[in-house]
Amino acid sequence: MSTATSPLPPKREITTKPRFSDKVFRAVVTTGGFSSLAILGLISLFLLYNGLNVFRTEGLKFITGFDWIVPLPEEGLPAQYGIGAMLYGTVVIGLIALFFAFPISVGAALFLSYYAPEWLKKPMVLVIDVMAAIPSIVFGLWGFFVLMPHAEYWAKLIHKYLGFIPIFDMPANAFSRSPFIAGLVLAIMIIPIITSISREIFAQTPLDRVQAAYALGATKWSMIKTVVFPYGRGGVVGGAMLGLGRAIGETVAVYTVLNIVFDIRIEVLLSAGGSVASMIVNKFGEANPDELKALMASGFVLFLVTLLINFLANFIINRTARE
Amino acid sequence: MSTTTIPRPSKPWGINFKQAIPDMVAAFATLLITYAIVAYTPLKGKLAFVIVLLIVAIVTSALISGIRRDRKAALNSISTVMVYVAGMFVIFPLGSILFEIIKRGIGGLSLGIFTTDMAVTASDAPLNEGGLIHAIVGTLYIVVIASLISVPIGILTALYLTEIKGKAAGTVRFFVQAMSGIPSIVAGLFIYAVWMIALGIQYSAFAGAMALAILMVPTVARTSEEVLKLIPNDLREAGLAMGGTQWRTVAMIVIPAAQSGLITAVILGVARVAGETAPLLLTMGGADALNLNPFEGNSSAIPFYVWKNFLLGTETSIDRAWAGVLVLMIIVLFFFSLTRFLSGRKGRV
Repeated sequence: MSTATSPLPPKREITTKPRFSDKVFRAVVTTGGFSSLAILGLISLFLLYNGLNVFRTEGLKFITGFDWIVPLPEEGLPAQYGIGAMLYGTVVIGLIALFFAFPISVGAALFLSYYAPEWLKKPMVLVIDVMAAIPSIVFGLWGFFVLMPHAEYWAKLIHKYLGFIPIFDMPANAFSRSPFIAGLVLAIMIIPIITSISREIFAQTPLDRVQAAYALGATKWSMIKTVVFPYGRGGVVGGAMLGLGRAIGETVAVYTVLNIVFDIRIEVLLSAGGSVASMIVNKFGEANPDELKALMASGFVLFLVTLLINFLANFIINRTARE
Repeated sequence: MSTTTIPRPSKPWGINFKQAIPDMVAAFATLLITYAIVAYTPLKGKLAFVIVLLIVAIVTSALISGIRRDRKAALNSISTVMVYVAGMFVIFPLGSILFEIIKRGIGGLSLGIFTTDMAVTASDAPLNEGGLIHAIVGTLYIVVIASLISVPIGILTALYLTEIKGKAAGTVRFFVQAMSGIPSIVAGLFIYAVWMIALGIQYSAFAGAMALAILMVPTVARTSEEVLKLIPNDLREAGLAMGGTQWRTVAMIVIPAAQSGLITAVILGVARVAGETAPLLLTMGGADALNLNPFEGNSSAIPFYVWKNFLLGTETSIDRAWAGVLVLMIIVLFFFSLTRFLSGRKGRV
């Protein structure tokens, strides 16, 4: 029996080569993906370009000096730009904010992870998320009108009982708009950040270790001390650094509650402090073109510092989360 | 057939009434001691009461646990009290903020402020004159334009990270993470450098929107990435197995599946930037009159309106600022609850 052998269809070409539409798709998506890198690059480029002249004339004095002198045109004197005092002030209020926010945030994260009753967890997480969503101008107004009267009273108490310590000394009776108060407002602003990151890290603690600790008869606190803290240390530190980055870049809320003075003072309760970001807004309004260049240079420094802190913080958090 | 009665489950590890007596006595004693200290020593006031209460509570709870068991138990109770206090501290500021905003802002709220601007109103004019329609329109403009710019960039970034997974995905993810931390004032300075110095264009709502877009991109990108990661790989493989190209698979399967999550990402970005103030101060000019053209002329936004009235410092302008804060908070919280609602619904499907 013979059957007509139908000719086999020609072999299909099997290829992994993407079609034209896919090539376009991949090109578009890749371009989009790299655009955030491009934006970051452009930001540093433009700020650096505008501030270059100031960096060149001031040199290292731009970072270390603490005079910001803009002479009138008829005086013919050279202008002096130095943000040393502002950088110092930024670090001071950032550290004050961390001093208050860090223990409270870690405590609150522990509370949410290991102490809170089930019914309370959800509303409290909601509260923290809402707080993270509040605009900084709201914190600024609240800080100025509501918190500051209280904080001044607390500052007076601190000065009265701890005034012998140099940083709580007061050369003048001016307690309002001090780094202490700015630090308090910033602390409230960064608590949600540190709390939510710490909580995420604590939630990743291996359950078997937790249960093993309990099975060995550990109290809750010894369990936390021996299991949760060693495991989550990196993440908590990273969260604190993210909070510090936010505190350093905060502009409006600090501006309302801080009296900006170009001077390095060690007294934190005194109504004189500094913040690079707020200084930029403060000087921006009536800046001449030359001074504007100096503000751009300050913005570049601020950009670099926050970017660096964020890089480091994310690096630490990612490493902890992966382990 | 005998019916077996099932015994009620008991909790032998629970604390019965008799065991709880010392705790209750201790709690009562704590209050009493605190009250006595505040009443009979120079430590006065609410603040002193709170601090003394905290210290006395720590001491008594540590004493009780120490007597009952050992040093470890005492340490445990000290830490428990402190953790509870930290938990309370987190709730307290939000309560105060919301309360004060409503208390101080409600007086300036009236129908008139949604229909008039501040063009012909003096800073110390009574509250029933003038309004913030110009600021509301400005905020609307900048939020919409910022979304139009940043949403494509953000979602493309997320697609790059989840669909293409190129060699540079790790680097891009890292930079996007870092980008969400750049200070808002820097974004404003950047737009000022490009828009006003390099191109020589005047203040406008569009310039403000571009500054906000920079701040919005990382939020949208990161949230979208989280959402796209949740789409099961089976869907993608099914699409490819049916002979679809990657482009068709992403456009017709992945994105529709992730739709509500992506919308959440966009709204989250909007909530993030709607209240931003600092970049607007450098880019928008801050008008008092209604400006319907987003590409030309000074315009305002609600945060800018609040800022301006706060700096004016007269009694009525402060009231106006609080009213502006109230409106701003209502808008932000509206977007916030919208994201909650949408992501909650997504979980049900």
